[in-house]
Amino acid sequence: MKYAVFCYHSENVVCAWSREHDEAVMAKLGAVQETWAKAGKLGPVARLMPTTAATTVRKDNDPPLVLDGPFAETKEQLLGFFMIDCAGLEEALAFTRELAEANPGGAYEVRPVGYFVDWSTGR
Amino acid sequence: MTDLAWLDAAVTGARPQAMAALLRYFRDLERAEEAFQEASLRALKTWPQNGPPRDPAAWLIMVGRNVAIDQLRRERRSQELPDEASLSDLDDAEGALVQRLDDGHYRDDILRLLFTCCHPDLPATQQIALALRVVSGLSVKEIARAFLVGEAAMEQRITRAKRRIAEAGVAFETPGPVERAERVGVVAAMIYLLFNEGYSASGGDAQLRLPLSEEAIRLARLLVRLFPSEPEVLGLLALLLLQHARAAARVDAEGEIVLLDDQDRSLWDRGMIAEGEALLDKAMRHRRPGPYQLQAAIAALHSTAASSAETDWGQIDLLYAGLEQMEPSPVVTLNRAVAVARAQGAEAALAMVEPLEAKLAGYFHFFGVRGALLKELGRTAEAREAFGRAIALARTAQEAAHIRMHLDGLDDNGRSRWATKKVPQPPGAD
Repeated sequence: MKYAVFCYHSENVVCAWSREHDEAVMAKLGAVQETWAKAGKLGPVARLMPTTAATTVRKDNDPPLVLDGPFAETKEQLLGFFMIDCAGLEEALAFTRELAEANPGGAYEVRPVGYFVDWSTGR
Repeated sequence: MTDLAWLDAAVTGARPQAMAALLRYFRDLERAEEAFQEASLRALKTWPQNGPPRDPAAWLIMVGRNVAIDQLRRERRSQELPDEASLSDLDDAEGALVQRLDDGHYRDDILRLLFTCCHPDLPATQQIALALRVVSGLSVKEIARAFLVGEAAMEQRITRAKRRIAEAGVAFETPGPVERAERVGVVAAMIYLLFNEGYSASGGDAQLRLPLSEEAIRLARLLVRLFPSEPEVLGLLALLLLQHARAAARVDAEGEIVLLDDQDRSLWDRGMIAEGEALLDKAMRHRRPGPYQLQAAIAALHSTAASSAETDWGQIDLLYAGLEQMEPSPVVTLNRAVAVARAQGAEAALAMVEPLEAKLAGYFHFFGVRGALLKELGRTAEAREAFGRAIALARTAQEAAHIRMHLDGLDDNGRSRWATKKVPQPPGAD
């Protein structure tokens, strides 16, 4: 089963991190990823630019409305995601717990993936 | 990450919003700041035990407000201090407060806080110092180090600034659209100044002053979050990111400034450049160009060019022409001339530079650029004279040394490393 693990955290907090702190967190997350990648279970991983760089297209209008900013103003923002392919929820949660230990604060949302195509590899 | 680091980041991140709300309640910068300090101390004590609150800003506002109200009461000697328990029982109040914050009032609150620091009675250096202390929460010690002054002197500067604001009063009415736009402009200008304080540093100071530029980026980000559709605000953040992306390449091992042409472009921060470009894209969609967007566009052209030779100097010339129209200034024209020299040749550039002499007679870079153009045209004696005047006007040893390199080139019968079409760029030329 494929899972997407979405990382939510307060952008205010993450943007207040010092460069050293940011690098340390990324290094710890990198170590977790490496283990799971070696086991062949890790898919694409992305860290998103701050929501200040986001644009939202509201498609309930015709023509769609292009708005500056993220989809929703929330206390915590979607900052990145991981994709893993594993046996089931327990294993996905094990992965997420490792991430959480490397990067406490905020929340991870674990969502099973219903449809997945990676056009870059054709798989 | 230790718990303490998380706490620290949470408190720092919530600071502008919390300070802004406290300033609205108490209309007194000093009291708002004391309230926030006390709330932060309590956060450091209670959050590790009880876990972080859902909304750190709301928590800090509630606790800070209660603390300050107690303080006010104590000053009036009318009531006893309430016990700690009533302060930590904040759940209901927090919910209501979160609702209010969501209404979007906080936008004008934070703008007011920033705008208060930019009071027109304050000289620019005091505005910046105050914003760093009050909004960013840097300690006086940190600010003093970044400004290369003693702690006591900085303390005095900030105290003086606060006193002046207390005397002048804080603007508490909710601004109308025109006034809001004006305030945004004033705050943006302060942020840009703050950035340049860090950016224009040279020599051994550069490392020390870097935090100023980083704080400016943080504040610009905050402003974008408050005004996500304001193209000039997007342009400002884009500009700061694009310039800051080159920080690592701007200073060499000896601490000397490396000019854009000579920078090792592999040291540029590609992530920052990409973010700057993304923001500029968003800004330009609004079709309301402004000086920050134009400067960001110029910076973006430099950032995406593989080398100085491959830079689209013609486009940079056009962007400077736009900037000249919006904000006519001899320095902008001088910068434009540098692009013209590359796009069209030294002769066209010199024709643009010559009329500026009356206005830039005391400006080091004017004579540096003029000398380089004359030299390129083979007018050696005039070039020598221009370089001589530049050296006389140099403010730092590095500036003088840079011009001497040009002069050395001249003594070499004109066959020097500067014989290529290279004109030194004044700061901000990118």
